[in-house]
Amino acid sequence: MKPESVHSRSLLRRVPLLAWLVVLLAGPAHAQLRLDITQGVRDAVPIAVVPFGGQDASAATDVAAIVANDLKLSGRFAPLDRADMVTRPTNGAAIRFQDWRLLKSDFIVVGRVEPDAAGQAVSFELFNVQTGQPLLTQSIPANERGMRAAAHRISDVVFERLTGIPGAFSTRIAYVSAEGKAPAQRYKLVVADADGYGQRTILESPEPIMSPAWSPDGQSLAYVSFEGKASAIYVQRLGTGERRRVSARAGINGAPAWSPDGTRLAITLSRDGNLDLYTLDLATQVLTRITHDEAIDTEPEWSRDGTSLYFTSDRSGNAQVYQVPLDGAREPKRVTFTNAYNARPRLAPDGESLALVTLDRGGYRIATFDLKTRNLRVLTDSTQDESPSFAPNGAMIIYATQAGGHGSLATVSSDGRFQQRLSSEHGDVREPVWSPFPRH
Amino acid sequence: MKFIHGIAVTVLVVSLAACTKPTQVQPDAGAQAPATTTEGATTSGLGNTAGTAGSGSAAAMTAQQQALAALEAKNTVYFTFDSSEIPSEYLPVVAAHAAYLTKYPAAHIRLEGHTDERGSREYNIGLGERRAQTVRKALMLQGVADAQITTVSYGEERPAAEGHDEAAYAQNRRVVMVQVQ
Repeated sequence: MKPESVHSRSLLRRVPLLAWLVVLLAGPAHAQLRLDITQGVRDAVPIAVVPFGGQDASAATDVAAIVANDLKLSGRFAPLDRADMVTRPTNGAAIRFQDWRLLKSDFIVVGRVEPDAAGQAVSFELFNVQTGQPLLTQSIPANERGMRAAAHRISDVVFERLTGIPGAFSTRIAYVSAEGKAPAQRYKLVVADADGYGQRTILESPEPIMSPAWSPDGQSLAYVSFEGKASAIYVQRLGTGERRRVSARAGINGAPAWSPDGTRLAITLSRDGNLDLYTLDLATQVLTRITHDEAIDTEPEWSRDGTSLYFTSDRSGNAQVYQVPLDGAREPKRVTFTNAYNARPRLAPDGESLALVTLDRGGYRIATFDLKTRNLRVLTDSTQDESPSFAPNGAMIIYATQAGGHGSLATVSSDGRFQQRLSSEHGDVREPVWSPFPRH
Repeated sequence: MKFIHGIAVTVLVVSLAACTKPTQVQPDAGAQAPATTTEGATTSGLGNTAGTAGSGSAAAMTAQQQALAALEAKNTVYFTFDSSEIPSEYLPVVAAHAAYLTKYPAAHIRLEGHTDERGSREYNIGLGERRAQTVRKALMLQGVADAQITTVSYGEERPAAEGHDEAAYAQNRRVVMVQVQ
């Protein structure tokens, strides 16, 4: 307990509040987001993920079940039901491929958990069922606590081998939840695995929490909290819970976005009574003003090379996306022209398109905007969709929507073909943000 | 009464670090002191123990307290969709607050701007601020000093009414004028 206590005291000095209560989480959280596929694809690839050897029914973590679930949730694979498996081989030599051809599986994953020099390892193999060709053979060291992470790693490499796209199953999401009836709500900032498992609350407050943003190394979240009856921007380290208030200037402190190198935040401030963009150097605290306009300028997003910002502005009379160079060499350039409202741009990992909120046929919907062809493609069909965030492999977009009168989270594949909903047991959930790839 | 009491803002920071038992860390002496920050944004609402005006009988209330109670009953300006213009029916409400603030130059007001839930959240923070600024300018035109006014925008984060229809939206597009002692 001692290191945590020492740590909390240093926090108190940084953030003067009348009362502090620091709770360290007791064991793993059981709370979970439930994922439901709301729009599947017909051409999902059939794959068999056979229960792994060395794991009996009492094993805490069913590796094969996690891998099968990951692949299913990607929208691109249709895992074979276990009940249909006639045999359960745990290594390549034991596979009788004709059985799996009859079951119409195109690919098969087999594996086992076995002791190794360091403790335990998960070994697995991937085969093409038609040809019998081995596609992957790997072993991942893992103790019992790390078994779930090892399963997600297996999903990552299997997905990449078969699609050419790195898997994003070892990533996390952060989001904001609000419980209780307005105006007496309680707000939480929550982090969970990308499959919805293991929700953990990292901040809880009676005042609104907004705009979480992952640092490029995935170790910290920047966010806006109104805990002092005014907005301020904080940076919190996830491993330790340590946090720093980085901007609490008079007026609005909002919309933090990390520079690609993690040294600066783009933020929005209202020093002259309206919102303009600034960059804040986290080490030196040097603040640089980027936009000068009487309009609302907000929701900055860095270009991949770190030399310009995409942002939302209503300088034309309604909200549209603009781009401004950080060196001040040019005036902001308008990017979107289709539809009367385009906001909250988020750049795809390849830098070639933006995800944004567009007002489409009377509803606020998620769209992608191709920066080369200028083509706006609407991906969702509700009326209150917002806060899009790309998975780090660019294959999926997570966003906030309304379901049954409550705020809810959903994902849509970047091509719009596959959708799923993530429902929470309590309250409204909103503002999901997908983490970067973990650094293994 | 909606005075800002000395609200102890309790914020739970729950560490991701796994630990077997919940630990409560008591605030140290330094944290008990009234909050002060170099930038001023978090000072309001912290360490202020005012708010006794509502507890006495009407006879015991000073003229200022009675005036405050009247203002408390009418403290909200409602806006039409996507507009930050004060509808004419609310001009007398704003004027009443202006009259109080000019009569009591030591008094202070906090303008809380809000929007309905439609559109992007941070953009709505901007719209709520624009509404609060409109009310601020109206107060200043009637002689209120800039230093008497602070603004905060909650965007769509603090709805007054639940629901996802125009009736709820109309309740939520507002600026609340909070007289601060």
